[in-house]
Amino acid sequence: MSGIALVIASALLVGLIALGVLLWALASGQYDDPQGDAERILMDDEP
Amino acid sequence: MNLPLRPAETADDLSRYIRSEGALRSFEVAVTGARCAGCIGKIETGVRGITGVQEVRLNLSTGKLSVSWQAETVSPQMVLRRVRDLGYGAQPFDAEDTLDADGAHGRLLLRCLALAAFGTVFTMGLTDALWYGGDDMDAAMRDVFHWLAAAVAIPVTLYAGQPFFRSAWSSLSHRRTNMDVPISAALLLSLGLSFYQTLQRGQDIYFDAAVMLVLLLLVGRFLDFRLRDRARGAARHLLAMQSLLARRLKPNGDSETVTARDLAPGDRLVLATGERVPVNGVLESEATELDNSLVTGESASVSVLTGAALQAGAIITGPAAILRATARVEDSLVADLARLLEAGQQTRCRYVRLADRAARAYVPVVTGLALLVLLGWLVWGATVIVAATNAIAVLIITCPCALGLAVPAVQVVATERLFRHGVFVKSGDALERLAEIDLAIFDKTGTLTTGTPMLKNREAIPFCVLDKAAMLARASRHPLARAVAAAAGPGPVARDTRETAGAGIQASVDGEVCRLGSAVWCGAAQDSGGRLWFRRADQAPVPFEFQETLRPEAAAVIAALTARGIAVQMLTGDRGGPAEAVAAQAGIANWCAGVGPREKAAHLQQLRDQGRRVLMVGDGINDAAAMALAHVSIAPGTAADVSQLASDMVLRGESLMPLVEAVDVARRARRLVLQNFSLAALYNLTAIPMAALGMVTPLIAAATMAGSSLLVTLNALRLTLRKMP
Repeated sequence: MSGIALVIASALLVGLIALGVLLWALASGQYDDPQGDAERILMDDEP
Repeated sequence: MNLPLRPAETADDLSRYIRSEGALRSFEVAVTGARCAGCIGKIETGVRGITGVQEVRLNLSTGKLSVSWQAETVSPQMVLRRVRDLGYGAQPFDAEDTLDADGAHGRLLLRCLALAAFGTVFTMGLTDALWYGGDDMDAAMRDVFHWLAAAVAIPVTLYAGQPFFRSAWSSLSHRRTNMDVPISAALLLSLGLSFYQTLQRGQDIYFDAAVMLVLLLLVGRFLDFRLRDRARGAARHLLAMQSLLARRLKPNGDSETVTARDLAPGDRLVLATGERVPVNGVLESEATELDNSLVTGESASVSVLTGAALQAGAIITGPAAILRATARVEDSLVADLARLLEAGQQTRCRYVRLADRAARAYVPVVTGLALLVLLGWLVWGATVIVAATNAIAVLIITCPCALGLAVPAVQVVATERLFRHGVFVKSGDALERLAEIDLAIFDKTGTLTTGTPMLKNREAIPFCVLDKAAMLARASRHPLARAVAAAAGPGPVARDTRETAGAGIQASVDGEVCRLGSAVWCGAAQDSGGRLWFRRADQAPVPFEFQETLRPEAAAVIAALTARGIAVQMLTGDRGGPAEAVAAQAGIANWCAGVGPREKAAHLQQLRDQGRRVLMVGDGINDAAAMALAHVSIAPGTAADVSQLASDMVLRGESLMPLVEAVDVARRARRLVLQNFSLAALYNLTAIPMAALGMVTPLIAAATMAGSSLLVTLNALRLTLRKMP
């Protein structure tokens, strides 16, 4: 019983962390310019 | 065809585009022409090179360049000039409030989507354990699982379901129903039922079904939003590119730059060659020439004399001119068209999308069915709880989840496919409308033709004459002179040329006085117009005849449309002669010449009243109103901004051929949407009897929902797999 409580609690925690990271990425504008980001990989001299 | 009005900007008229936060100034520029990493690097490094500029970032997805600075030395026009010097188009971007509202809605949808995905995975994990191991659990353990599922699913569904609840509420408060009403009902009822079961320590909880329902519906909603957002972004970009500025003469002779909206009758404006006339007015300076093709559709330049009335939208092709405004922008022809345009768009708003038509039929059937089940069980003698449970099961199982995905999934796949073929689709329902057309109407100048004249009688002109005429022609910007220069190829330019607007050009070549221009200018006897004459010294004048260049693929496009059962017509504001030639070459039997903008719109209205579904293809300001009235409209990429705004689709690139592809894809997309509807309906139909008889378990409900959604999405993907016939 304690084992399954631990598993469920940690699953919930990991899920919430992942959700938090995604929401943070959204808020910080990482999905604002997918096309530009794809092209920027090819730039050598990012200042 | 499309020369934006672009006088030198001054500091005062750009100040409204600048946003300040303390000492930090930021400025946004709509950039055109940037495509790759090279462009990003070039523009960002170039603008960063302006001393004082702090941050530069080009968003390639939206074409927006954000620049910020603190130093006083930086001015927005320096940024614009730097970007233009690098070879890209640049216009200040008017940041509107609507933009932020759209962005906020998009972010809300994404947040809901993320939350719903998390909730679905977690709740499914819990309920899976119940389905497969529930019999081995003791009652206390099952309760823990139920309560955990409730703790996650209820808040997640209530938060992530907001878009549906709000839409359903606003629809109900207007005494209407839409697809979101049964969706919201199913969500709330399944949550309520499951919570009741949890309290009663029962077996049937639908928490996972509720969260999954929200997730799948949000996917459809988000795809739909992305589609519209991209269209709106393109429209905003066009508007920014179109911002009209004008140079007004002050009484002391200086000129100032103002927006066209600020012009009042009586103002005197300076218009350089290549600029567009912003308001109706009277020519005050000496004679000049106008390209009226965007206003009337006529291909040939028109010469105007002092005192002539100029219409807004014409482009100055002769020498620079001074204009006295006689009307405000809103009373000028362009604004007149804008009003017509608006009226057209309102009629188009009445178009009911396929999904909404399905919803109208669906909602009463489903609610009626649920009521019937409830009454049936009560009559049969069941308890209220059992009867309600089964009625709710019917609602959950028939929830239009697959229907919500059916249309957006197909439209996203179709627009993506068309985008790769050079067709930019501005709205999802444009595809639905394009699939229904039975008549295509083409404009001539700039649509079927390239809009530039071509020398027709080159063989008849002696080589030495063409050679000398070209030396004069190279000195002029007149379209016909350019055609002569193009026919002769590169070569020397005559010196000491003198150009008289509306007449012609004169220079001395090898000691002889040569003239190129109108019949009167060269002393020729008669003239039917649309010709140039060349005269050397006292020799007889030689005529140069011109024709419009038909787009090479035009005839093939017309033939392809006819083969698909679509009738073709041509409507043009040009004279009968050139129109007949183009119609014959393109293979159009049904054409009409000398049609003004209002007659075009009236013709479209008449066809609409007859119940014809018309596709209008046009590029000029004169086509815009007709395009807005058409069932669906397409503008070539070279079209005037207004027409691109009025149209549902814009062709990128020069060719008209993607138009045929667009019709094919639209028709196929419509077939797939209808297939998807029947698939979803079939799926639900088989499940309804089970639900009504109380045989549906939560497992079956979840499987039905996921299964039908998957089926619908896979069916939509078939659009990418198969090559078009």
